[in-house]
Amino acid sequence: MIVGDSKPLEEILEMIEGKDKVLVLGCRGCVTVCNVGGEKEVGILATALRIARKKRGLPTSIEERTLERQCDPEYIEELAEAAEGYDAIVSIACGVGPQFVAERFPKVRVFPGINTTFIGGALEHGVWSERCQSCGNCLVHNFGGLCPIARCSKSLMNGPCGGSANKKCEISPEVDCVWHLIVEKMAEMGRLEELERVWPVKNWITSRDGGPRRRVREDLKQ
Amino acid sequence: MRLQYPSNIKVIQLPCSGRVDILHLLKAFEDGADGVYVAGCKEGDCHFLTGNFKARRKVNYVKQVLAALGIEPERIEMFNMSSAEGPRFAQVAREFTQTIQELGPSPVKTAQAA
Amino acid sequence: MKAGSNLEKVLAAGHFAVTGELGPPRGNNAEEVRHKAHYLKGIVDSVNITDNQTAVVRMASWAACKILIDEGLEPNYQMVCRDRNRIALMSDILGATALGIKNVLCLSGDHQRFGDHPEGKNVYDLDSVQLISIFKKMRDEGKFLNDKELDGAPGIFIGAAANPFADPFTWRAVRMGKKIAAGADFIQTQCIYNLPKFREFMKMAVDRGLHEKCAILAGITPLKSVGMAKYMAKFVPGMDVPEELVKRLQGVDKKAQGDEGIKIAIEMIQEIRETIPGVAGVHVMAIEWEHRAKEIVEGAGLLPRPVVD
Ligand code: SF4
Ligand code: SF4
Repeated sequence: MIVGDSKPLEEILEMIEGKDKVLVLGCRGCVTVCNVGGEKEVGILATALRIARKKRGLPTSIEERTLERQCDPEYIEELAEAAEGYDAIVSIACGVGPQFVAERFPKVRVFPGINTTFIGGALEHGVWSERCQSCGNCLVHNFGGLCPIARCSKSLMNGPCGGSANKKCEISPEVDCVWHLIVEKMAEMGRLEELERVWPVKNWITSRDGGPRRRVREDLKQ
Repeated sequence: MRLQYPSNIKVIQLPCSGRVDILHLLKAFEDGADGVYVAGCKEGDCHFLTGNFKARRKVNYVKQVLAALGIEPERIEMFNMSSAEGPRFAQVAREFTQTIQELGPSPVKTAQAA
Repeated sequence: MKAGSNLEKVLAAGHFAVTGELGPPRGNNAEEVRHKAHYLKGIVDSVNITDNQTAVVRMASWAACKILIDEGLEPNYQMVCRDRNRIALMSDILGATALGIKNVLCLSGDHQRFGDHPEGKNVYDLDSVQLISIFKKMRDEGKFLNDKELDGAPGIFIGAAANPFADPFTWRAVRMGKKIAAGADFIQTQCIYNLPKFREFMKMAVDRGLHEKCAILAGITPLKSVGMAKYMAKFVPGMDVPEELVKRLQGVDKKAQGDEGIKIAIEMIQEIRETIPGVAGVHVMAIEWEHRAKEIVEGAGLLPRPVVD
């Protein structure tokens, strides 16, 4: 899923300063699963914003709504009637949400209420880790099912570098050295020899480096 | 509960302090509460094992939210006590009321009244 | 001869090679480069010029290399993959060799989170192994990575680094082997303080026949003080400073710790040279202590340096 972090309340308060009618807009997709942008978080953020306004004696027209998804125009369309009645919409979906909402309702000021951080998974309740950088040409099967592109701090294809110590990456004792894990895993699988290959340079055209990406499925197009 | 505790406290009963919700805690402040505290079982005594730990973490989260909003984080607390400790319940109630009285009315309320 | 550099010639003639190291200044102070260089002249066969080492911004390595050439020393141009993509790396090696640089050392580079601009974006288009293979292709086939012909192929003696003390230990010789397979002509190791471990590493390398395909230079850095030893042991990832070395330094007066460090370095070189098979030379990294490099090389009986045509 796409994982995100709430933006500091102070930052959001600054965004909506002077905007009377505000909608906090959640999404039932990834951000609900990672507990940052679902219905519940919409309630918490909206309540906090209302408290802030009450404290200053300001009107508290801060409304709440959560869409099925914010990355599909059909759901954004559900706001068609209401959108222009707001002075600001704070989308707490991933970065796609505020863009889609802003694109559909150009007259409304739309703000991102969360910071979209990475593509990852939950290690346990409340802990997520980055797993993929959407490089556009997946290679993980060659590395024991571990991604060196997203999980090695230097995206090395022929690791581990000289900074790997005690299974941890040179950047921090909090970060696993994925290359240590790769070597261990491949050894366990009896596939260590495969790692002796010199991996040729990667073609980054399929990655963001090749420019913003777009995908077209002729069979699905209408 | 026959023991005396300040009448300005409104008690909301939950089956376990772990069931307390961040949203409920915030709502109380939105609706003008001057202070909120969660009374949970003693650490290690939770019937659901970790309910009271979870409650404490939620209280801490709300403290951060209050701080970000410029409201004293001391207006929310977590206390642990056993259900057999009537006197302690009353004592905590008095002490917390005292703390809140020292802090004065919630800025949310005073701004509304103004 | 691949590049005809002094380092290549010294190694080809079978001499025990000695390389040194010089960190460019954090500014454009060319005089500082010349000043440090003069301590190393005649002491080492060639001098590594670090490339924004520890991700701290310094004078460009190639520029400091050129200053060394003008001073009559031979530089080893260090290049890291952190700051440049394939376009810049290939372009820079063409420029560097056009200026007379003949040795290059290919590195991944320390992550910028260590450095003085941790907010920067890194590149890592290539890794060090891939960089080696591209330079080899440019030199041997006269072609860019994309197979297009070069107008003048760079003659370069290609170096790489190996850290015998990083983890996982048993993979270290294998990874060095990958660098050699990719085209490394020489290897310089991380600073050695734990000799038994280095011995074990070299045994794995020799068992794989790596020392026959490539010159392996053992890295030596004198410890200036107990503080430095402790810092290295604790804060530099992949550095192994045994407790007994720290104790030995602690055993002498504070003012004499530097001398003791030099003595340790000399003993280390002698022991490596005499008792560890497969080592072709030493890489003496007297960091910010260039003026004492001579004592080490001389003390180890490695002066005068051979002159090879
Ligand atoms: S190889 Fe590419 S697509 Fe596969 S997990 Fe890694 S970044 Fe994602
Ligand atoms: S320590 Fe491991 S994860 Fe970190 S940069 Fe080096 S190889 Fe990659």
